[in-house]
Amino acid sequence: MKKINIYELNSLYREPMRVEGYEYGEGEKSVCVVGSMRGNEIQQLFACSKLIQRLKQLEEKGCIAEGKSILVIPCINTYSMNIGKRFWSTDNTDINRMFPGYSEGETTQRIAAGVFEKIKDYKYGIQFASNYMAGSFLPHIRMMRTGFEDVETAKKFEFPYVVVRNTRPFDTTTLNYNWQIWETKAFSIFTTSTESIDAVSAKNAVKGIERMLNAEGVIRSSIAGGYHYNSQVLDDERLISVRCAEAGIYENMVAVGDEVYEGQVLARITDPYEGTLKEELVSPADGTVFFLHNAPLVYASTAVMKLVVE
Amino acid sequence: MSGNISKIETVCSVKLPIGETLEIKRNRLAPADGAEGKKRISIVTGIHGDELEGQYICYEAARRIKEQPELLSGVVDIYPAMNPLGIDSMTRGIPGFDLDMNRIFPGTKNGAMTEYVANEIIKSLSGSDLCVDIHASNIYLTEIPQIRINELHRDTLVPLARLMNVDFVWIHASSTVLESTLAYSLNSTGTPTLVVEAGVGMRITKAYCEQLADGLMNTMHELGIWKGSAVKAREPIVSGSDDSVVFFNAPKAGIFIPAAKHWETLEKGDVVGRIVNPLEGEIMAEIRTPEAGILFTIREYPVVDEGSLVGRLLKTRSVR
Repeated sequence: MKKINIYELNSLYREPMRVEGYEYGEGEKSVCVVGSMRGNEIQQLFACSKLIQRLKQLEEKGCIAEGKSILVIPCINTYSMNIGKRFWSTDNTDINRMFPGYSEGETTQRIAAGVFEKIKDYKYGIQFASNYMAGSFLPHIRMMRTGFEDVETAKKFEFPYVVVRNTRPFDTTTLNYNWQIWETKAFSIFTTSTESIDAVSAKNAVKGIERMLNAEGVIRSSIAGGYHYNSQVLDDERLISVRCAEAGIYENMVAVGDEVYEGQVLARITDPYEGTLKEELVSPADGTVFFLHNAPLVYASTAVMKLVVE
Repeated sequence: MSGNISKIETVCSVKLPIGETLEIKRNRLAPADGAEGKKRISIVTGIHGDELEGQYICYEAARRIKEQPELLSGVVDIYPAMNPLGIDSMTRGIPGFDLDMNRIFPGTKNGAMTEYVANEIIKSLSGSDLCVDIHASNIYLTEIPQIRINELHRDTLVPLARLMNVDFVWIHASSTVLESTLAYSLNSTGTPTLVVEAGVGMRITKAYCEQLADGLMNTMHELGIWKGSAVKAREPIVSGSDDSVVFFNAPKAGIFIPAAKHWETLEKGDVVGRIVNPLEGEIMAEIRTPEAGILFTIREYPVVDEGSLVGRLLKTRSVR
């Protein structure tokens, strides 16, 4: 394992922000894994740290295939993580809306450019990602439909689900999209959480990456535990949203991954002053809870759940 | 004034968790004989909650119309607060979501609350003969009153921009990311929309606001919406090709001290500003112009990172 500097940014009153990477093996740039890009992506950082440990063990056992190299960057945005702010510390911009970056441009464009220059030539790109909605997901591999997406390789993580969605205008500046445009096969991994640590989910994600690396001949490893699914491929538009009409105190009656049946009560919204029931959300079909709103308060017109319907 | 020309209407509403409903409102100013069949201008501001110059412009436009309601011959819809929670809480994006509202248009009927609101806004504005979306840069930069036009919509919008009494019209290259803005969504579906940038975030620059209120009255006059007199619009400088603007990005982190004045014509080699280090008492960098031009953007907020934008220069040779 080699620790290398990926990018450095000077500051007036803080230590320079150093983006650091961990390199394993030598030769073809096979796989790059990126952890947190936003200041609240704690789980993404944690999962990367577990991957870094695991790859170190594998390298020591001689399990990295000859002529293959792996790079893991656990954190691209230490400044925001250290002050508990989601986006860039001074101007609140999102590094994951700045790719492929511009080395002569604004600060986060420069960070994106500096990092992308080092990671754009890998065959596979894996990002631990997060969503802006407050909630929990079933673990899944997510990819955009760009024409370069590789669903068959995504299945090799053996996660329960692979979700494919259409590209939207703002996607064109994300890391995942630009990796694909630069002909890196890109995968976003969603574990169950973002701001809190779910060690089991992080471990499963590391196992999933190990399985994919093994299947692609980047490592040679016998893997026990973790997910071992024949992944179900879903179109994001086919997930059924359950929306609330009322606002108030929100209480889930089910958990992520639960199988639910048509007519089952999924969540309740109560009046924040009087405690009376304002709305009961019922399942429109038999299915599995894929996404769940997990904040204690809810706005009206919120998609509080997404269901996979068989 | 006649009491019946001004009607406050709710564009859309969303219940908030605790004892409150979010309402986006507009003031419809229409002639006494009604809005039916009349030309319509929509004046929009407050998509970014930290941009407040449009507040005074909306007030001033409504005040002028209500002073002489008999001169109104079309419909003026004023939307002063597209992001009311942001304005109230000094937040640029939509509070609670940390989301830039001007990156979610046209929204969807069945999307998240934010996307539902965006979709209702589009429905309300669509069909206007002109929409003017007023922005105020951000808290970091001061802008000379200007209109920004995506080159895709140049032919329709430049003649309208000339009516608005701005100093500068910047025609910029198309970008996929900008396809999720309010202006792009409306322009691409047949509602001409001008994006105004003026002043600085979290402040009101009264002179700029009055200049733009004059511009709105002139535009309404030319569109047949306002029969009253109007100040003739000043002739704006219109940018040429996309390489007509020089961006100055801070080469070092530090404190930016401007040396040039805003909207000043500079020669090649003039100093725009310096970046200093207060701890060491040293100049870290001096930013000079690579060629002659007019400084139409200048840094307002002194602290800079490497790369922070400190100014923009319109090249003299690009001025039309």
